[in-house]
Amino acid sequence: MSEAILVARHLVKTYPQRGGLFGLGQQKVKALDDVSIQLNAGETLAVVGESGSGKSTLARCLLQLLPLDSGEVQFQGHDLAKLTGKELRAIRRDLQMVFQDPFASLNPRMRVGEIIAEGLLIHDLGTASEQQRKVVQMVKRVGLSEADLQKYPHEFSGGQRQRIGIARALVLEPKVVVCDEPVSALDVSIQAQILLLLRELQQEMQLSYLFITHDLRVVRHIADQVAVMYKGRVVEQGDVDSLYQSPQQEYTRNLLNAIPGRRPLAGLAAAG
Amino acid sequence: MPNKWRQALRNPLALSGFIIIFGILLLAILAPLIAPYDPNAIDVKAILLPPSLQHPMGTDGLGRDVFSRMLFGARISLLVGIVAVGIATSIGIVLGAISGYYRGWVDVVIMRLVDVMLSIPTFFLILAVIAFLTPSIWNIMIVIGLTSWMGVTRLVRAEFLSLRGREFVMASETLGARDFRMIFIHMLPNSLTPIMVSFVLGVASAVLVESGLSFLGLGVQAPQASWGNILTDGKEYIQFAWWLSLFPGVAILLTVLGYNLLGEGLRDVLDPRTTNTR
Repeated sequence: MSEAILVARHLVKTYPQRGGLFGLGQQKVKALDDVSIQLNAGETLAVVGESGSGKSTLARCLLQLLPLDSGEVQFQGHDLAKLTGKELRAIRRDLQMVFQDPFASLNPRMRVGEIIAEGLLIHDLGTASEQQRKVVQMVKRVGLSEADLQKYPHEFSGGQRQRIGIARALVLEPKVVVCDEPVSALDVSIQAQILLLLRELQQEMQLSYLFITHDLRVVRHIADQVAVMYKGRVVEQGDVDSLYQSPQQEYTRNLLNAIPGRRPLAGLAAAG
Repeated sequence: MPNKWRQALRNPLALSGFIIIFGILLLAILAPLIAPYDPNAIDVKAILLPPSLQHPMGTDGLGRDVFSRMLFGARISLLVGIVAVGIATSIGIVLGAISGYYRGWVDVVIMRLVDVMLSIPTFFLILAVIAFLTPSIWNIMIVIGLTSWMGVTRLVRAEFLSLRGREFVMASETLGARDFRMIFIHMLPNSLTPIMVSFVLGVASAVLVESGLSFLGLGVQAPQASWGNILTDGKEYIQFAWWLSLFPGVAILLTVLGYNLLGEGLRDVLDPRTTNTR
């Protein structure tokens, strides 16, 4: 159960930023500064941090959507950065992503059926009728109806669109799903439904989640392990219970205290 | 999308442009049926007649019926406009897509090429090129096309730069899509709206350039009629045969106006950022 499936070692990612007189000087902003994380098979690793802490950059670097400056991402025994384009495309089937903004993550000019089937089409999995069957099965599993396949994304609400995004990622039966703040753009009442759905699917399909969020309330519900990021670094990492009960870092304590409606931790007063 | 079209027809700007263009297009297509005379038939007994019932727009210095020539000239003007802009838009889409998608040095090379082309006054470039070639309607279309692709290139590049960072394009990459799929299934269909607007606006300026070239005798050659060379013929008689200059002038004006109105109207309707500005 605790076999590592996705390991990132010493990831560094900098963005160039122009500054100085006439924008001639070039400074580098470190979005990821020696980040190492490990996701175990069947578990959920939550990456927590405030805006600008590098969480989304981490997600995109893990998926090779952005090039890394240095460090390696190990997935199924491969260093993803060293794969050729073709090998990488093949391996993407097992490494999927659910995006943050359900309004930006679906192509407005494609029908829902086409959106969900895209991965099957790309990887040429099964005949057209098998693909169709899988798509129908998946769309029903995420709580939409078969008739919805003919509709366009703008006809759905945010929560429904996020279900479509989940269906698109999971129809490929991946091993790891990176969820980049999948519920932060949704109403609180919808958030719980989507989180529940993600959790059920995890059990059914033996998925491992890398769950990126800024909301510690969400973490408690879904995570086994937590990594806390601050200014591009992982400041604290551990399993969810011990982190909540005895946070080691000042920053983690502050984060925990910032949860609305949560009473100050007993140990916090003593610690200072 | 059908909603948008209906919305476009409710926009007074787009609607008036559409009516003008549609009317001219209809006249051009039906020219052989409507034209009362052969546009090139010379009638020495009817030289420089003012507009009348027999000759609604009068006759020219060779006794040809101006109305018939105007109708056939419309075909030339619209054909040149649409084909030339078609060429320009195709080049622009290809170069802009490459530039915006791959970025890096390819982008730098293409953009500098655009800058160089833009730094040359287009009309004079066309004049110079046409001077070397035999003036014919095909040469004009190609030359106008090859000298007016820069705007579309920049437009498509900008669209692609912004689309490349959009989540649905990244989602496709995450699924394992190749460049081809991302460009043609995801990015190009989502940049069609501004491309369409620039196409319509481009036709307006191409029509104008064609008229200008024909007026200078470097465009469509006699006896074939074009609005530009009808104007040239009229120039000699302008003091006593106003109809030779007025009608082609108005036709050019209306066409250019129509395309501009349609283009601007479409932009207002299709681009959410400029909605309700009028």
